[in-house]
Amino acid sequence: MRVRGARLTVPAAAGPVNILAGIDLDIRAGEAVGIVGPSGSGKTSLLMLLAGLERATGGTVEVAGQELTALDEDALARFRRLNIGIVFQSFHLIPTMTALENVSVPLELAGVPDAAERAAASLTSVGLGHRMTHLPGQLSGGEQQRVALARAFAPRPRLLLADEPTGNLDVATGRTVMDLLFGMRDELGTTLLLITHDPALAARCGRQVRIADGRVV
Amino acid sequence: MIAWTFARRELRSGVRGLRIVLACLALGVAAIAAVGSLRDAADQGLVTEGRRILGGDLEIQSGAQPLPDTLRDWLRARGAVVSDVVQMRSMLIAPNGERQLVELKAVDGAYPLVGTAETSAGPVQGALAAGVLVEPVVLDRLGVQPGAQLRLGQATFTLRGTLNVEPDRSASPTILGPRAMIALTALPGTGLVQPGSLLNYDLRVTVPPGTDVAGLMQDLRTAFPDQGWRLRTTSEAAPGVSRFIEQTSLFLTLVGLSALLVGGIGVATGVRAWLDGRARTIATLRCLGASTRTIFAVFLIQIMALSTLGVLIGVVVGALLPLGLIAAFGDALAVPPHGGVYARPLLLAGAYGVLVAATFALWPLARAAQIPGAALFRDALLPFRLRARPALLLVQAALVAALVGLTVATSNERLFALSFCGGAGVTLVVFRAGASLLMAASRHAPRLRAPWARLGIANLSRPGAATPLMLVSLGLGLSTLAAVALIQGNLRAQVLEQLPAVAPTFFFIDIQNGQLAQFQSILTGAGVTKAVEVPSLRARLVSVKGVPADQVKATPETQWALRGDRGLTYSAAIPEGSRIVAGAWWPVDYQGPPLVSFDAGLAKGWGVGLGDLLRVNVLGRDIDLKIASLREIAWRSLSLNFTMVASPGVLERAPHSHIATVYVAGPEGGVLRAVTDALPNVSGIRVADVLGAVAALIGKLAAALAATGSITLASGALVLMGAVAAGQRRRMAEAVVLKTLGATRAQIRAAWLTEFGLIGAAAGLIAAAVGTASSWAVVRFVMHADWVFLPGILAATVLGCVALMLLFGYAGTAAALRTRAAPFLRNE
Repeated sequence: MRVRGARLTVPAAAGPVNILAGIDLDIRAGEAVGIVGPSGSGKTSLLMLLAGLERATGGTVEVAGQELTALDEDALARFRRLNIGIVFQSFHLIPTMTALENVSVPLELAGVPDAAERAAASLTSVGLGHRMTHLPGQLSGGEQQRVALARAFAPRPRLLLADEPTGNLDVATGRTVMDLLFGMRDELGTTLLLITHDPALAARCGRQVRIADGRVV
Repeated sequence: MIAWTFARRELRSGVRGLRIVLACLALGVAAIAAVGSLRDAADQGLVTEGRRILGGDLEIQSGAQPLPDTLRDWLRARGAVVSDVVQMRSMLIAPNGERQLVELKAVDGAYPLVGTAETSAGPVQGALAAGVLVEPVVLDRLGVQPGAQLRLGQATFTLRGTLNVEPDRSASPTILGPRAMIALTALPGTGLVQPGSLLNYDLRVTVPPGTDVAGLMQDLRTAFPDQGWRLRTTSEAAPGVSRFIEQTSLFLTLVGLSALLVGGIGVATGVRAWLDGRARTIATLRCLGASTRTIFAVFLIQIMALSTLGVLIGVVVGALLPLGLIAAFGDALAVPPHGGVYARPLLLAGAYGVLVAATFALWPLARAAQIPGAALFRDALLPFRLRARPALLLVQAALVAALVGLTVATSNERLFALSFCGGAGVTLVVFRAGASLLMAASRHAPRLRAPWARLGIANLSRPGAATPLMLVSLGLGLSTLAAVALIQGNLRAQVLEQLPAVAPTFFFIDIQNGQLAQFQSILTGAGVTKAVEVPSLRARLVSVKGVPADQVKATPETQWALRGDRGLTYSAAIPEGSRIVAGAWWPVDYQGPPLVSFDAGLAKGWGVGLGDLLRVNVLGRDIDLKIASLREIAWRSLSLNFTMVASPGVLERAPHSHIATVYVAGPEGGVLRAVTDALPNVSGIRVADVLGAVAALIGKLAAALAATGSITLASGALVLMGAVAAGQRRRMAEAVVLKTLGATRAQIRAAWLTEFGLIGAAAGLIAAAVGTASSWAVVRFVMHADWVFLPGILAATVLGCVALMLLFGYAGTAAALRTRAAPFLRNE
């Protein structure tokens, strides 16, 4: 992953706001990087740029050899489906789909023939084999995040982006979830970019990058 | 009291979420109020214009018998002014040979007693003194201009100009042709008045102000007993128009009620969605000790306050809309409606609105009041099931009963109104069952390869899916439109396709006994494939089983046959198109006391049977006819037939004429010309012209029904918009997550359009089925006609449904697809 001079400016009533002010960052395949920094420093915005969910207003963002700024919205979606898994603090499961259906969605979109079987295996691997037909509203926060983990890892992405994945969980549950996340990453050799406020969690990554005022410091 | 305080505080924050409820109620109430106001305005128009429409304070009709001078003298002695009018049908022939069947009206010098006749040739009496006046359309049809010499029977008249306004036209409408008017003094010269001619003698009477017309009528009956004249006052100036207004307004009110019922579904879902949005408030109130009763009252007050506002808007629109319509189009009608604000229809529409609001809001209100605090927060995914307490069921049943009761009680056709209520209930159940089937099919659908198709199909049965709501709201409106289109299509098919296939080409009337042989010889070799001549007499029914005709207790649909003159014939053989269902036909050589074969339907309606006596008056002579047989008559074959066919003998000796049906293969113009040139007093009616006029009338009626039916569809569209809007936030969230997981916009759109399209197809199929069943029931049991399958209309219903749903789906989800992922993911 190669980021050069990435900038993100958003319009606001009081004038343009510079969220990212020229980020330079390189991450090697298989590396685990913890992004730390104070609230409002631009951590989540950087993750959005890397996921192709936000478009840089300057600089370049290259992931797995693909320059993201050159792709349109649908091309970015297709790129994500094969290469990137994302875990959010708020889980972002589809509330009207069962756990199994939620995990199946990226596999189905990628045209995987045995999507349901692979989704079931992924759920089992996070200890939720008995919760497959439950809706998100019927699951605890920790269980929902484990479904989100299963969904992110099911397509075996090359890059996993995680934004405060334990932010909404208690300490013990958060630890379980992170153990699962690192375990699966190690098993699949996935590149990991983890945003966190927790120094202990950041310390589990091979490298830490600190961001402040939209710059790497 | 505390509920009022809480409700007032709540209302301060606005009722944005209830706008759909407001709109649904306003639309439905406005439709019913407008139809009711138009009906009352039309009725009032008949009342205020009754004197002009009737042409006097009183009208005396004697059918084919001239009225005696003693009657005129008797009336004049009481200060009355009288005016004679004779009406009949005849052929108007231009110098170029073109001819037109006209409704001829011969008037005396006092015409019109009330109102003014407007002509293009100055005062009507001056114009008539020297010629004939015709409706403007005749000029084009005959290709003539004022000054032309036109032939009527054996007389020639100068065309003086056009008759532009005929004040009493509604009381004596022109059915088979346009109007032609001549002076009564000129009528004998035409030779049209012959024994047995189909004509009507009327006397219009105006009385001095303050005269008791009812008393005068009573005195007249006493002074002229056994005359059998039909007397009409201003209150029944145009019974045909009154009946038309009554029946049309019934149909339109019921269609308006359908719109309100669809709106009721919008009320239920709008209230439910609004209460879902108040979940925190309800939970907090419950935590602070509010009872179920208090919570129910707090929200009931708010909903009824808003419903009242919606109903009021509907009432105001329903009162104003007819005023605008009358101002714009009122003058074009034969009886201009009397514009004004009519309290009765507005109160009735308001009552419907309040009842519908209460009926449909009760369930979601009770649910919100009973729901436990903790359940409120997970309600969207784990719906709380309301326990149907007896009191709640009782109130709900009472509200439904009140709604049905009001509909039936305010209708003149109670059985029909009750059938409508039953049909509406069944239709709702059918659509709900259809939605359940569709959702079950979605759950058990085979796995498709395309992820978007899989996603779209699965969406139909996801928790909280709006499938039933969308299906019902769209389907009810389309069912109404499909039923109207199918009924219209059936009637058109009858009139323009089925009837012409069996109908004769011409009817000829007023053929005198002495002209019969000449008539038959003219037809020979003129391409005529078949001609049937039948004797025709005019008879007035005097009594049925000894009961005077005006006192017979007949069913509403058979009362018409008790009024005025009836056609009567005699025959040795069973007429074509008849089937004996009771009794037996008389022998061919029968010469005994007069017998009659009577229409089986009328016999049932009048409560008469074999052996009963019907007393008729033929040319002033009473004749008792004993019912020897009852016949089922195939009227729709348009072959010659009569409700009463007498045995030969007595009637043969009475002066009478003949009528004939003539079937022509190939060009038909020559037959009409040959007959009416040789026999000037004979009139020919081209059946295709009559059927065309009937088809045009059906078209106009169907347009009015379709316009009202569209309100049901608009109401359904409102509910649909509400459903799409309510699901918008969920769709936006889903779109963002799907895009994050790699779905393209095309895939998401395709999934949603699959979902909407399938709902549309299901709604269309059910609407087509419901429309088919409704149209079959109306055509078969109300119109007593054969029903035909019209696949084109059904296909249009299904395709229209799919197109509408896709349109809504596309419009409603376009915004969701434009949602940027990053801000949404951040804010969550």
